[in-house]
Amino acid sequence: MSFETVLASIFSAAFIASVLRVSTPIILAALGGLLSELAGVINIALEGIMLGAAFAGVMVSAFAPQWFPGLPVWVFPWIGVLAGIITGIILAWLLAFFHLELGADIILAALGINILAAGGTVFLMYSITGDKGSTSTLASPAIPNIVIPFVNNIPFVGTLLNAENLTGYNVFTYVALIMTVLITIFLYKMPLGAHLRAVGENPDAAASVGINVKRVRYYALLASGVLAALGGLNLSMGYLTIFQANMTAGRGFIALAVIYLGNRNPIGTVIAALIFGAATSLGAQLGTLSVPPQLIEMIPPAVTVIALVIYNLRKRAQIVANARKFQERAEKA
Amino acid sequence: MRDITKIYPNGVVANDDVNFSVERGEIRALVGENGAGKSTLMKILYGLESFTSGAIYLDGQRVDISSPHKAIDLGIGMVHQNFMLVPSFTIAQNVVLGSEPRKGSFMDADAAIRITESLAKEYGLEVEATARIDATPVGMRQRVEILKTLYRGADLLILDEPTAVLTPQETDDLFEAVRRLVNQGKTVIFITHKLVEVKEISDTVTVMRHGKVTGNVATKDVSEVDIARMMVGRDVFLQVDKAPQQRGKAKARVEHLGYISETGRPMLRDVSFNVYEGEILGIAGVEGNGQTELVEVMSGLKPATTGEIYVGDRQVARKNARQVRRAGVGHIPEDRLTNGVALEATIAENLVVDRYYRPPIAHASIMSPRVIRSQSEALMAEFDIRAAGYDAPMDSLSGGNMQKVVLAREFSADPALLIAAQPTRGVDIGASEFIHNQLLAKRDDGKAILLVSADLSEVMNLSDRIAVMYKGKITGVFQNSPDLTEEELGFYMLGIKEQTPEEMAQNM
Repeated sequence: MSFETVLASIFSAAFIASVLRVSTPIILAALGGLLSELAGVINIALEGIMLGAAFAGVMVSAFAPQWFPGLPVWVFPWIGVLAGIITGIILAWLLAFFHLELGADIILAALGINILAAGGTVFLMYSITGDKGSTSTLASPAIPNIVIPFVNNIPFVGTLLNAENLTGYNVFTYVALIMTVLITIFLYKMPLGAHLRAVGENPDAAASVGINVKRVRYYALLASGVLAALGGLNLSMGYLTIFQANMTAGRGFIALAVIYLGNRNPIGTVIAALIFGAATSLGAQLGTLSVPPQLIEMIPPAVTVIALVIYNLRKRAQIVANARKFQERAEKA
Repeated sequence: MRDITKIYPNGVVANDDVNFSVERGEIRALVGENGAGKSTLMKILYGLESFTSGAIYLDGQRVDISSPHKAIDLGIGMVHQNFMLVPSFTIAQNVVLGSEPRKGSFMDADAAIRITESLAKEYGLEVEATARIDATPVGMRQRVEILKTLYRGADLLILDEPTAVLTPQETDDLFEAVRRLVNQGKTVIFITHKLVEVKEISDTVTVMRHGKVTGNVATKDVSEVDIARMMVGRDVFLQVDKAPQQRGKAKARVEHLGYISETGRPMLRDVSFNVYEGEILGIAGVEGNGQTELVEVMSGLKPATTGEIYVGDRQVARKNARQVRRAGVGHIPEDRLTNGVALEATIAENLVVDRYYRPPIAHASIMSPRVIRSQSEALMAEFDIRAAGYDAPMDSLSGGNMQKVVLAREFSADPALLIAAQPTRGVDIGASEFIHNQLLAKRDDGKAILLVSADLSEVMNLSDRIAVMYKGKITGVFQNSPDLTEEELGFYMLGIKEQTPEEMAQNM
């Protein structure tokens, strides 16, 4: 394939569809991380929670037909999703308990959870299926796609709204987009959202007006567990229908970078996740050229690093601008 | 508050059988040295601390105040010394935080602004409801704190050292606002250690010392000296006796100094002055106007962006701290715990940290424990440092004794230029008296001293000349004389007045 075809494929609806698909798990995890970060309890266990939930979803949905034989078939994947979410909540609760109740350092506790999830999933997978690499011996179901009706005959729009094969986007992609809107409203329009931001910025100030700092941080961490779990489930029950050892492959950490890149707000976070998704998709396109694959694999992390540098430069400029505004105000006063 | 006793888990008795009462509609000053227990008492009243025994009564009813929430419900509000505000929120958002007006399950932003503006108008506390806190001057932030307590229905306001960060003009505004509050039926407890303010604002005074109440008097019946005596337990000389000045030649010359912070903000702009031998030059100004940076640049902790500093004939701008010290500069840092001492190290180690590498302590890179011990013990005796021994850990000392360790090190290095930044911050009246006398002794000995202090009365009591800083610039230089008033300096501290270069040159 020539370079021109790669270019052509980038400026196509199919490319946008692929970006959305790649970005979905990162958007979900990053929104969760954002809530915890804004509450002042940054959750770096996103990676482990994604992994744990991805595993629980596959296992439970694969065995659900044996456990609940009477239920209709469409229910089984959703039982898996429920199991994944519960796993996410348990792991996030562990982190919250260690940090908020026992006073453990949140970074160290989260590292522990990441290691626990990485080892624990492989251990359980081997114990149950006898395979250390993946659950390919199990038949696990997928969460369905949603196809928007009537648009498939319209050339560009059809691909845009229902992805390249016109088979629609996964439910998780829609969940990610809806969550972005809901979290934005929550953070900026609802009292609890304001309390969450206040707790993160100045916990003493929040406590002095009667806000229960610990409780708010519990909520934030548990919510981050749910969202990261959805991100993980998207990998094993949407993107693929299989669990592989370490299948998150650093997406939980990318999600953390994306939060700062997105200037610690939901819309920015989503845009940053899409930029990362675009870099990944581009890498996939370039894979068809004779570029060494190692270089291509470097693109997404390189884009992230460059973007973080730009973000920090911008932030410094912003601090200077704020300082200047402050000076001007003071001069006026 | 009746028979309140508070014993901390480590055995420290912070309040010992304290009786404290305040009448509706009065302004009661609560004074005492650091560690006298006044903050603890107020934290108990506001539900931030529990007490060991005793009882609290409000309007004759015994009440249980186990959390700030309960205190708020009972109409008690507290304005903390360090502001409890969320920087990225607007003023209105800060005022209503925790009990936001709602429209369904959403916050009602318009109502928050309306409420803030109407409260501000009612009590004459002018604020800009839609401005963000981090773009708001300190004086306004304090008004926001007061509005917060009023929004929560406070009838009894506790103000914890509210004037510490204010200029004289802002202090006047605050006092006016406090009087207005009282006229509208509120009651105010005013914690302070500035005796002038006690006389000016309060109706009655409660004095505390060592966890006990040592006096409850009507303000008009006592003088400042009386109050000071109750605070310290002995006679205190509020005015220092200053010998006539013997001014020598310029020891330190600062020329066109500029410093731009890491965030790109200009913190020092074209600062020039001399410090002469046998002189205390005081730097006055509201905190955050470049004084901290000036001291850090002059002591070698930060590199000057532009300009030169000479000590004697040595150029020390952009030299490191050791080089600057070797040029004869001593530095009493404003943040004792970060830059003044190493908390985990021993007293002896802290005393010799500027000289451990050279004779008489070290020969050929080997330190002599014997010399360290004898030097340390001599300094501890000379500066009256009370501790278990020269090898006791630093963090076992009280704030006043820690400051004495810093003083002992800096004074014994016999610097030609001594930079003293907030030398009496957080130390009690007795210790500040000692520090002031030591500074004056150095001056009389012909040393050059640069005194930076947020406490205007300290600057005015000690200095021979006073330079005022505002936004990183020197806005005025004055010969200290009885005619120079705090109000006049206040105009320069606020940037309302600025001397012309010619006027400034007269006092250079």
